[in-house]
Amino acid sequence: MEGTTNGQRPAVELAGVVKRFGDRSGTEVTAVDDVSLTIGDGEFFSLLGPSGCGKTTTLRMVAGLELPTAGSIRIHGEEMGLRPPNKRPVNTVFQSYALFPHMTVAKNVGFGLEMRRVPQSERRALIDEAIELVEMGSMAHRKPAQLSGGQQQRVALARALVNRPEVLLLDEPLGALDLKLRHQMQVELKNLQREVGITFVYVTHDQEEAVTMSDRIGVMDDGRLLQVDTPEAIYERPSTRFVADFIGQTNFLEATVAGPTEVVLANGDRLRLASDHPAGAAVAVTVRPERLTVHRRGEAPADRHTVDGCVESVTYLGNAVIYGVGVDWMHLEVRCPATLAGDRRSVGDDVTVSFEPEHVALVTG
Amino acid sequence: MSKGVAKSTAEPQGASRWLLRGHSAAVFAFFYAPIVVLCIFSFNDSNAVGNWNGFTLGWYEELFGNDNIQSSIWVSVKVCVASTVISVVLGTAGALALERFRWWGQKAFDAVLYLPIIIPDVTMAVMMLVFFNETASWFNVIPGINLQNGLEKLVFSHVAFNISFVSVVVRARLANLDASMEEAAADLYANRWQAFRRVTLPQIMPGVIGGALLAVTISLDDVVVSSFVAAVGGTPLSVYVFGMLRKGVSPLVNSVSVVMLVASMALVLASLVISRATGSGREER
Amino acid sequence: MAVDAPARPPDGEPPVLEETAEVDTPGLEREAERAKARQGFLLGLPTIVYLLVFFVVPLGFVVAYSFATRTRSGRTELRDFNLDAYARLGDDIIMTVAWRSLWMAVVATLICLVLAYPLAYYISTRSPTVRNLMLVGVMIPFWSNFLIRTYAWRVLLDSDGLVTQAFEFIGVGDGRILFTSNAVILGLVYGYLPFMVLPLYAAIERIDWNLVEGARDLYASGWSAFRRVVWPLSRPGVIAGSILVFVPSFGAYVTPAILGGNKEGLLGSYIVLQFLSARNGPVGSAVSVVVLVVMLVATLVYFRTGGKNL
Repeated sequence: MEGTTNGQRPAVELAGVVKRFGDRSGTEVTAVDDVSLTIGDGEFFSLLGPSGCGKTTTLRMVAGLELPTAGSIRIHGEEMGLRPPNKRPVNTVFQSYALFPHMTVAKNVGFGLEMRRVPQSERRALIDEAIELVEMGSMAHRKPAQLSGGQQQRVALARALVNRPEVLLLDEPLGALDLKLRHQMQVELKNLQREVGITFVYVTHDQEEAVTMSDRIGVMDDGRLLQVDTPEAIYERPSTRFVADFIGQTNFLEATVAGPTEVVLANGDRLRLASDHPAGAAVAVTVRPERLTVHRRGEAPADRHTVDGCVESVTYLGNAVIYGVGVDWMHLEVRCPATLAGDRRSVGDDVTVSFEPEHVALVTG
Repeated sequence: MSKGVAKSTAEPQGASRWLLRGHSAAVFAFFYAPIVVLCIFSFNDSNAVGNWNGFTLGWYEELFGNDNIQSSIWVSVKVCVASTVISVVLGTAGALALERFRWWGQKAFDAVLYLPIIIPDVTMAVMMLVFFNETASWFNVIPGINLQNGLEKLVFSHVAFNISFVSVVVRARLANLDASMEEAAADLYANRWQAFRRVTLPQIMPGVIGGALLAVTISLDDVVVSSFVAAVGGTPLSVYVFGMLRKGVSPLVNSVSVVMLVASMALVLASLVISRATGSGREER
Repeated sequence: MAVDAPARPPDGEPPVLEETAEVDTPGLEREAERAKARQGFLLGLPTIVYLLVFFVVPLGFVVAYSFATRTRSGRTELRDFNLDAYARLGDDIIMTVAWRSLWMAVVATLICLVLAYPLAYYISTRSPTVRNLMLVGVMIPFWSNFLIRTYAWRVLLDSDGLVTQAFEFIGVGDGRILFTSNAVILGLVYGYLPFMVLPLYAAIERIDWNLVEGARDLYASGWSAFRRVVWPLSRPGVIAGSILVFVPSFGAYVTPAILGGNKEGLLGSYIVLQFLSARNGPVGSAVSVVVLVVMLVATLVYFRTGGKNL
């Protein structure tokens, strides 16, 4: 599922890909800055990042809609080079769906087959199969204008999948849907991908979406690829401050590296934490809110690292309670399972916040 | 954000409402009264124009029997069709080149493309007259082209200003098109020509047809340029009528006018019908 | 910095990083872009060539003519370039004609504005169906032949015409306005009124009526709300419409020819005169060039004040 398996060539390989946009007046923008990654066959891979981070540009380069300024892109080992999109074994699901308004659903879905001169009889069977796959069987003769957003999205999917591409590229396809539909479609897409076994490369800015659906995620910011890992690894062991901050919520404890196994927090506390960074390097210790526990002052167990502070805010979320705890030099956010009102701390309480050293990650940047 | 139909506060109240209604009715009467009067008097059995003297179809009979008028109509039709076809092809190609590509000199071309729209027709007429005068010898070298007696000068001139009108209309339509559709076509294995023919063209068709109709109207309407470049014996109807008008008002002109009006209306209706048909999305095959 | 964090597959084997055969793409990307640019250029080439030959060159000729020499026999010869023709532009005749044209164009524009504004406002307050019907109703006269429409007024204004008779009937002075400047102005207004209605309607239709409601909410009266909110917001339409009426009116030829007789010579008629009767190519060309420059300036003003495409 990840990397190379069974000696098969990886589905997508990007090596040193750079994309620079510039106009003649000299202002240049580097949209994609030296991105290299490998996507395995049959993998559901997401490119995740904020708007403008270059993820869509990267996707478009794989599709052939943009040409890289430098670097190479290979699909199953074959160098794509300057090949235009109509000569690449990939298909794209566009953010706006880009369905052809003057054609019926069936004609839309069959367009790629027509362009590849698949004979009519074969086409019909393939189109029907694809339309059934996305559960749009009864709508084959409708036009896009007569469909809802979710239905159009399925047609766009069918139109791409019917061509059995080696890689399917999806550019924020669920962005225009409302929340409930989006969650539903996420599950459906994931199942679909498992069913057809095609490699999916999915672009999104919604970290929840990426974490839910992907086998692996590539986090990008400002044109650079920051970390490529499974959702769990990215969540538990983010490599940079940006990644830690972008995925879920987290706390940052500023610290300095004291030695190979120790860091010193800003308040002087010492923490046992292994790292490769040189002594004196400025780092941050990240702890997820749900890894922190709040105790009455002095009641924390001994094998956990503790910090003393005072409750500044209590937010009740129904299934959880968020405490904002002020400690000497900063503010910590702690997420606790919902407790009965009697057990809860209140604003002004003196408390001790504790965590296990294994549950933190060290980041730079 | 309520745009479009003005809501309650904009709806004129009381006296102003009736003033507005009356005003609008008056303006519409102003628009149509002369045309209506013209139609009525084309049936007037009298040589003078003012007084009603009885109903007659005589003027129409004379119109259809008049050889000069018939040949003028024929000239107008030929010039109109030829110039429309050429200007639609060139105008659409120009619109595509400007909207879908970026190349050196594009801005200059864009500016030049606007000139024929704003240029006064007198200046245009002068330009073409002078041009053909100076270059007649060059053109006549080309076999088949006979500037002296043929309709070439008319066609060339009409195309010269119609390209811009067609181009403006098609560009407006192109600009509204979702560019990702052409990308989708490419993604689905279509080459540039296939993408154009199967995806772009069907969607700009209303624009192309609108541009064509505009070209037809302008070509038939044109008086000044045509009168400057018309060759002997190749007089379009508008120029012929103009000549008649200088000589004086004649009821014959009325009947010609009515025929021309009816033709224009028919064209407008046809365009509305066609745009309805293509707008609602012709089913592909 | 290339970052390719290896995943942690259960068997602990890091994925193989193949040798990257880096294609020299900077140059290739540019070449691909250039190829596309070439395609676009070729696509537009026939049109470009056509306009160059049949528009730019003729324009060049006219400009050249304006500096050329007129022989005794009335032919224009492209030699001994001079500014004689332009010097003639200061002549009384031309000045009179020019001012008259300017004045008539301005008056026609103003009348169009007064007539069109309430109409455009009224249309925009109707329901969508009625609105479309009314707009089509405005467009139909525009689509019919300009010559004929102007001629229709000739019929009406003729000495035996209906309008003349009506005037006499009512007793409002001399109804024979044919062949006077008033007739020409009437013809210009009639011919170009749709050009004022449509941009005005487009601008008014775009106004956010919440602003008007807001003004009302702040105790503005209907008229005051109009003056302070609607009118300023509709200004782009006013400017667009004004230019669309002024430009053709200024260079009009057909309308004055039909309704003005030969007395009320305007610039258009003057130019034609120079070429056909007076056989003075240079002067005719010089005046044409001046008219063209005026139009260009007016259009630039239109675009500068944020006007959209025609």
